[in-house]
Amino acid sequence: MTAPPELFASDPSSRVRPVHDEFHGDLLEVSMGPHHPSTHGVFRMNVTLDGETVVKLKPVLGYLHRNHEKIGEKASYLGSLPFTDRLDYFCSMTNSWAYALAVEKLTGQAVPERAEYLRVILAELTRLINHTCLAGFLLQDGGASGTPLMYAFREREKILDLFESLSGSRMMCNYQRFGGCRVDPSPAWLEGAQRVTDGYGAFLDEFESLLTGNEILMARTQGIGRLAPALAVSAGVTGPMLRASGVDYDLRKVDGYGIYPRFAFRIPLGDHGDTYDRYMIRILEMRESIGILRQALRDIPGGPCLDPGAKLRGLRPKAGEAYARIEGPKGEIGFYLISDGSPSPYRYRVRPPSFINLTLLEDLCLGHTVADAVVILGSIDIVLGEVDR
Amino acid sequence: METPEQIRDRLLARFPGAPVTLVPNGAPGGQASLLLEPSQAREMAEFLRDDPSLQLDFCSNMTGVDWPQAGCLEAVYHLYSMARKHGPLVIRQRTANRADGAAVASLTPVWRSAEFQEREAFDLFGIGFTGHPDLRRILMWDGFEDHPMRKDYAEPDDYEWEPTPHDAVLAKARLHYASAPVAPPAKEASP
Repeated sequence: MTAPPELFASDPSSRVRPVHDEFHGDLLEVSMGPHHPSTHGVFRMNVTLDGETVVKLKPVLGYLHRNHEKIGEKASYLGSLPFTDRLDYFCSMTNSWAYALAVEKLTGQAVPERAEYLRVILAELTRLINHTCLAGFLLQDGGASGTPLMYAFREREKILDLFESLSGSRMMCNYQRFGGCRVDPSPAWLEGAQRVTDGYGAFLDEFESLLTGNEILMARTQGIGRLAPALAVSAGVTGPMLRASGVDYDLRKVDGYGIYPRFAFRIPLGDHGDTYDRYMIRILEMRESIGILRQALRDIPGGPCLDPGAKLRGLRPKAGEAYARIEGPKGEIGFYLISDGSPSPYRYRVRPPSFINLTLLEDLCLGHTVADAVVILGSIDIVLGEVDR
Repeated sequence: METPEQIRDRLLARFPGAPVTLVPNGAPGGQASLLLEPSQAREMAEFLRDDPSLQLDFCSNMTGVDWPQAGCLEAVYHLYSMARKHGPLVIRQRTANRADGAAVASLTPVWRSAEFQEREAFDLFGIGFTGHPDLRRILMWDGFEDHPMRKDYAEPDDYEWEPTPHDAVLAKARLHYASAPVAPPAKEASP
């Protein structure tokens, strides 16, 4: 039972030289994290270094593990909806959309038109937040201390203000419901969303003028952490990281969930699959998101935002199972539910995109310096609330 | 994409003698899944991945399910095709029992994306995966002994010190510290 070699490029036995080598000196094993600012939370990498070059890297997870899935199996269907916000705390709107979609699939619940538009608007705003922050954090990891991250957070705050005035909470929005959304936005809110959308392009121009052509950014990211398309597909890498390797797979086009087929937008694809492409894809995706937002805000119809017949409390779906997935900002976020007819799911499974994208961390980092490993980790875009669950 | 029934028939034709069972799904419009025999699951998975009209090259989701009544653990895989942009096909494998060494075939050599997810199922459900390159616990720590996602998992009752013990907590503590009486917490000195 030997694995095909291209799938296990990281096999350490082929690369690691003997630990005691008189000519080269000893290998050094460094435990990076869990409390290290570059690990985006409590994440640890056991790195073996030859000089400054990574020859082996084993991620160690679980510091934030709270068995989200077990808690989900003890709560009612509605009860675990606010808890999904805590998975990827940058993207509560998309997490709960994926979960609501899974329950709607399980029960056959329909969603009103207005709610579909609202979901798209909020998901694309979430994508703006996530990608902006990712770009800021990535630059922070590369050593640009402060400025890009502060610019990113300033813009994020405008969208968080929108979320707060709509749902009452900046980050833990608890907004989606099975069969729609919890509250109807006022016309003033929609105007505010329009203002943010219209202003975002100018911010991106400013951001890009500082970063995209920046020589230090290019030197630190171009050619670093190349990911081949075949390996990316096999490893289940999804989201911007997959498309940076040139694989055309975006669930908004492929599955066409919600009402995405109604909008005109393009899927940016990378050429080299390196860290720079992963940065650039996110910038380009944000520009497409602005286009989707404009169309959605223009076309949003009136009507109820929650199906009046939707059953929320005491929901008991018939025995069966459903798997629903959407294109979250970090990749494919999915929920797999098995119902046995009782008020809580028999099996509640989260398909966490950043956990699965981490599978390839070692393959990407081998042969690079430890400083590059930090940048590569940043470009994968992990959030530990979701990795550890 | 072909229906699960058609895929089952093709698998049966390609692997004569290996049972492939259709598992129905009661959800509205729910798609049935295929139950594979662990002894031939790896070859069948390779067939599903490499067959030119299926090309299920993307294993999106892999997880475990515990069925104490049926007396088995189940590994579930959701397969899609990135090349042909179709899917899903759900395949399952079941262990013979729920004992410690119960195992199914690892599909990590077929889809690398199962690497961490199978480790997670091993960690939380105690499903063994024959042929996995690096089967270790991933979310719980190495010295941990039980499998928390199993339905009959007993939660520890001493995981937390309770500053103001009350009814249920006191009863639990009495059971846990059966030999020693539970002392009320010392009052903190007021500032």
